[in-house]
Amino acid sequence: MLTLNHELEQSHHHHKHANTSHHVGGHHLMQVENLNISFTMYESDARSYFNAKQVQSNVIHDLCIGVHSGEIVAIVGASGSGKTLLADSLMGHFEPNATVTGSIWFDGDKMDAASLKKLRGHGISLVPQSVNFLDPLIKVGKQVQGFTKSNSIKKCADKVSPKNISNNASSISNSDDANNSDDVSNTGNTNKARRFFKEHRAQRAKLQAKLFERYNLNSNVASLYPFELSGGMARRVLLCCALMDNPKVIIADEPTPGLDLELAKVALADFRQFANDGGGVLLITHDIELALSVADRVAVFYDGTVVEETAVANFANPDLLSHPFSKALWHALPEHDFFAPTGGDALS
Amino acid sequence: MLRYTLQQLLKFFLLLFAVSVVAFVLVSVSPIDPVQANVGQTAWLNMSEAKRAQLSEYWGANTPVWQRFINWLGAVVQGDLGISLRYNAPVASIIAQRFATSAVLMTLAWTFSGVIGFVLGIVAALHKDRLLDRCVKAYCFVLASTPTFWLALVFLIVFSVLLGWFPLGFSQPVGVSSSEITLFDTIHHAILPALTLSVIGVANIALHTREKCIDILQSEYLRFARSRGESIVSQIRHHCLRNIALPAITLQLASISEIFGGSVLVEQVFSYPGLGQAAVTAGLGGDVALLVAIAILSAALVFAGNLIANLLYGVIDPRIRRSGFTSFSDSVKQGGANASHDI
Ligand SMILES: Nc1ncnc2c1ncn2[C@@H]1O[C@H](COP(=O)(O)OP(=O)(O)OP(=O)(O)O)[C@@H](O)[C@H]1O
Ligand SMILES: [Mg+2]
Repeated sequence: MLTLNHELEQSHHHHKHANTSHHVGGHHLMQVENLNISFTMYESDARSYFNAKQVQSNVIHDLCIGVHSGEIVAIVGASGSGKTLLADSLMGHFEPNATVTGSIWFDGDKMDAASLKKLRGHGISLVPQSVNFLDPLIKVGKQVQGFTKSNSIKKCADKVSPKNISNNASSISNSDDANNSDDVSNTGNTNKARRFFKEHRAQRAKLQAKLFERYNLNSNVASLYPFELSGGMARRVLLCCALMDNPKVIIADEPTPGLDLELAKVALADFRQFANDGGGVLLITHDIELALSVADRVAVFYDGTVVEETAVANFANPDLLSHPFSKALWHALPEHDFFAPTGGDALS
Repeated sequence: MLRYTLQQLLKFFLLLFAVSVVAFVLVSVSPIDPVQANVGQTAWLNMSEAKRAQLSEYWGANTPVWQRFINWLGAVVQGDLGISLRYNAPVASIIAQRFATSAVLMTLAWTFSGVIGFVLGIVAALHKDRLLDRCVKAYCFVLASTPTFWLALVFLIVFSVLLGWFPLGFSQPVGVSSSEITLFDTIHHAILPALTLSVIGVANIALHTREKCIDILQSEYLRFARSRGESIVSQIRHHCLRNIALPAITLQLASISEIFGGSVLVEQVFSYPGLGQAAVTAGLGGDVALLVAIAILSAALVFAGNLIANLLYGVIDPRIRRSGFTSFSDSVKQGGANASHDI
């Protein structure tokens, strides 16, 4: 592991580091460089439907942001500033009318639309905002297990419970080998495939049970339907969905809607755990107070770009902040309330 | 549960009672003179006055309608549906025979339209706003505005007269003894009328499924499924089908009334001796007993369709199943109200 000297290298890649920021393998877990997103649209103030001209509306320009191993980076920006758009781009969701330029690096590799798509559920996982992101007709346990064939299942199982599952996994591969040597017929192969999927499913079920145990979800929660979950349960279930796929980076878009600061901090403790285990978290929020209390670094999103990406510690003193908008944010915080008494809502 | 069953039973019998009253009243105010309609114009003109009086006694033209209704009701309660004056046979046996013929037709049409409509709807949704979707939509809109009997005539001309693929009419080959009729014959005769019925029925279910499927494809939970790396096949298989199936089945069960209505026209065009054709004959001939029995049977079918749809919701949808019986029976109550409304 290569750790940079943070005292000396306070600033590189346009950003400042926090103590928790690590450069595993000598690079960032995820790095976005000069991202531009604009949409082709019809003029909204055209006099009639027929003579409306096509115009380009630029939503994100020259955006750079990096996520290191071991840290939570919060993106703070006003509503409609393009935060969800950024998350979607990282997941490889592009609208047909969007023009996207720039580069995205994941764990040292340069990505394109196709490779970003491949990372869905295999490296980058999304923690969505609410229980509406779960299929209403499928039991929670099954949904957490998911319907994808993950090749990282074994690695992940090891991580959750080193002894138990890895033993299982090795015994499974042994029996597969034995089967391989004496069974060459076609039916043998389909049987083998069927058995493999069955075992694969059993493993995922086991992993899901482990995750539920770790996040204090009762085992009977698995057989509930999404509409039966309480708010807190739903959030933990959604997190389990992401962890199930053993990601390196978690992107969380407003994961604590409607929670006050104290409850939100509790909810985000699980993200802290994930980051401490070496993962990276990109936390999207419009709540600067929340960002400052749970994140390691904060990226200030303003006017379509990240104007400043800095350690939370630097918010202790406005002189450590370089951009005027970040300074304005500092002044808007409740403990410095001589500018804007509304506190955390300053952005909106 | 007991209360719910009793409620539904009560509703069912009230419905049947209302249907039979309406049928009796309609026949009694109809301007058709059953005697003239049934013996034919020439026979009527050559008939003696005494003979006419005797016949109108036979057709019950002189008995007030309420009295006929009470007589009929008394018999029905004892399990006797009466005699069809037109066919000169017990109503029960005519209905049984006609229903067997119609059931083939309607089951085929109902299944075809359901399956084809469902598949077309999903295909269209997957190709939203592209060529395939436009084709499906155009097809549905054109068909939804096509008169059933006209389409039946076109099919008859094209497939039976010009191409000769299917028989011109009837449910069985003419001049063949019933012991020699095979299952193939039965189906061969039912295909064209069933096709007509289902081609019309497809539009409704296809458009509905398409709409629903597009909603689901844009839903947050499908977006999340994609974010977890699920392929499009997996999305359809695990999420779309499950979520569309229930509304589609409900719609299809509720469309029994439409299939039944359509079968009246289609059977007429294809001279297909089913319930629909019998209903037309009974109506035009003032054969109250038969007409009422057919009305009751169709009402019962539609009622059963709606009831099954509501029960299915309770069984399949966890949001209803798990949230206790009270809200379940409430939703069924609403559905029951719809059922009687449809008829
Ligand atoms: N397909 C599209 N075509 C045109 N404009 C779009 C499209 N998608 C998003 N936008 C625009 O991009 C902007 C950013 O939207 P986005 O949802 O990312 O905001 P946000 O920062 O997530 O806001 P919130 O905090 O309310 O969630 C919006 O102004 C929206 O109108
Ligand atoms: Mg958003």
